[in-house]
Amino acid sequence: MPIHDQGYRRYGGTRAGIGRSWQVMTRAGVMSIIAKRQFLALMLFAWAPFVVRAVQIYVSATFQQASFLAPKGDTFREFLDQQGAFVFFVTIYVGAGLIANDRRANALQLYLSKPMTSAEYIAGKLAILFLFLVSVTFLPAMMLLLTQAIFAGSLTFVSNNLYLLPAITLFSLAQVLLASTTMLALSSLSKSSRFVAVMYAGLFFFTTALFNALRGITGKTSFAWLSPTAALEQLGDVIFRLPPRYQVPPSVAGLTVLVLIAASLYVLSRRVRGVEIVT
Amino acid sequence: MTHTGEGQAHPLDAPRFAGPVVQCQNLSVRYGKNLALKDVTAVFPAGAVGLLGPNGAGKSTLLKSLLGFIVPEKGTMKVIDMDVATSPLEIRERIGYMPESDSHIPGMNAVSFVAYCAQLSGLPATDAMQRAHEVLYYVGLGEARYRNIETYSTGMKQRIKLAQAIVHDPDLLFLDEPTNGMDPKGRDEMLELIHDLAHNKNVNLILSSHLLPDVEFTCDHVVVMDKGTVATYGPIKALKGTTGRVYEMRIKGDEAQFISVLRGEGFDVKDSDEDVMRVFVPGAAGDNPKVLFELAARERVQVRHVRPSVPTLEDVFARAVGEK
Ligand SMILES: Nc1ncnc2c1ncn2[C@@H]1O[C@H](COP(=O)(O)OP(=O)(O)OP(=O)(O)O)[C@@H](O)[C@H]1O
Ligand SMILES: [Mg+2]
Repeated sequence: MPIHDQGYRRYGGTRAGIGRSWQVMTRAGVMSIIAKRQFLALMLFAWAPFVVRAVQIYVSATFQQASFLAPKGDTFREFLDQQGAFVFFVTIYVGAGLIANDRRANALQLYLSKPMTSAEYIAGKLAILFLFLVSVTFLPAMMLLLTQAIFAGSLTFVSNNLYLLPAITLFSLAQVLLASTTMLALSSLSKSSRFVAVMYAGLFFFTTALFNALRGITGKTSFAWLSPTAALEQLGDVIFRLPPRYQVPPSVAGLTVLVLIAASLYVLSRRVRGVEIVT
Repeated sequence: MTHTGEGQAHPLDAPRFAGPVVQCQNLSVRYGKNLALKDVTAVFPAGAVGLLGPNGAGKSTLLKSLLGFIVPEKGTMKVIDMDVATSPLEIRERIGYMPESDSHIPGMNAVSFVAYCAQLSGLPATDAMQRAHEVLYYVGLGEARYRNIETYSTGMKQRIKLAQAIVHDPDLLFLDEPTNGMDPKGRDEMLELIHDLAHNKNVNLILSSHLLPDVEFTCDHVVVMDKGTVATYGPIKALKGTTGRVYEMRIKGDEAQFISVLRGEGFDVKDSDEDVMRVFVPGAAGDNPKVLFELAARERVQVRHVRPSVPTLEDVFARAVGEK
């Protein structure tokens, strides 16, 4: 008689409908990252600029002499530009292993044997990175706007600069989507999260260097579309109604961002399969 | 933590699914230039069915196609009466898959991994956790359930793959070489578990294996594959009981002469090294070794030993694969 006689029971409870599995993935992914000390430290750094600016807003609202510190529309643009550095680090820290680790552990065939599509798997992974990136861009920027209204005790600034609401939303969305999809695509190409991290950083610096080299040689900035970062900056200027900083048409900059996102999604759809066909 | 209670679970003998669990029609699957399944038509009845075949026969490919991982070049597949092409998610909700290769979700211990898999299959978090514990005890990993899976031995990795495949109480299980890499004791325990699932827990299952004893021990039906085609299929009993019988025989006298006489009578004879011959007596005459004694008497050879040898699935397998 086997020892395991009673251990298996039929299951008579409820089952969630199809299409929910990605939420389970996202929740588990977020929890596992939050549990890491290193990550909390990174988040602390990422929120430091917010604290500094919030203090500035407070001081400017409280002391007349410090009114030069009062926020303008550009302040939010600058803030999001600065947060770009944290977008970079959070993307690498959170994103590099998202699919690469699953590939190393052969987990894709497990995921896809459950009632979920590969699109759902991609969505579940993307949502993890998306949430963390939103929490270092859109969230602090909006909180900054809110802080202003609270310390000023009025909505005057907000209503005078109403364009900031869609601008912050749109620009952080572009930042976050570009970073998360390209990182996820890179992560799906390898089994090593380290390699992915190096690739991402490498591409980031290489494209920036390429753009700067061409700028030095030609004396023009019309090659800004070669660098996703520069393209994003150009797009940001337009979104925030500022004079564009590079000599590349904003539509071309926007196209760069869109093409990169689309290409990343295409790579993901090719790479996230239950079977990898080797020929 | 209760892992033996009755709860409100279904009675174990509640019927699951009675019709054929898998039907494929003219199924062809291609990896690049390599045609891995060639026009396969097969029906897998409910119960425990072995999917038997040598390396590269296409067993894993068939299972992966049924899971919807590979889009076939041609043909149709039905799993528990649903079309793989149109309802893959509804199908996967009701099946459990134990893949051939090592796989786990990185960075989790055994309980959280199995509970996570249950949640991915739609179970609420509390039920998922409870069943994870139960199922881990069932597969014999109760003591190791808080260890990180990356520290598991090969045998334990096989067990945890089984655990994640059964945690949501599927109606149909796909087991791809579940005893690979296990030591004899672990292998016996794994087969015991599979047998228990199929025969006491009423889980329909398809067991892919190249090991005949595994299939013989656990399954009632078998589908034999070779080089991307189905070589033979049917209930194991019927396949083994093909008319005629094999006898092991030892004689004293001119062996070569006697063998040629037997062959002259239309019996298939295999001569082995240790002067034991295996004689296949076809048809109804095979029910009784009398005919062998009569021939021996006629040829004046002394019969030392005659014993009916039960045809193993191996004979069936060799015949089926050999015919091709
Ligand atoms: N991912 C793949 N890419 C390309 N060819 C593959 C792939 N997987 C399997 N094949 C080929 O398809 C054929 C069938 O392989 P499959 O893995 O289905 O056989 P199997 O019966 O499961 O064998 P085994 O007992 O070794 O597991 C083989 O010729 C194999 O080389
Ligand atoms: Mg195989």
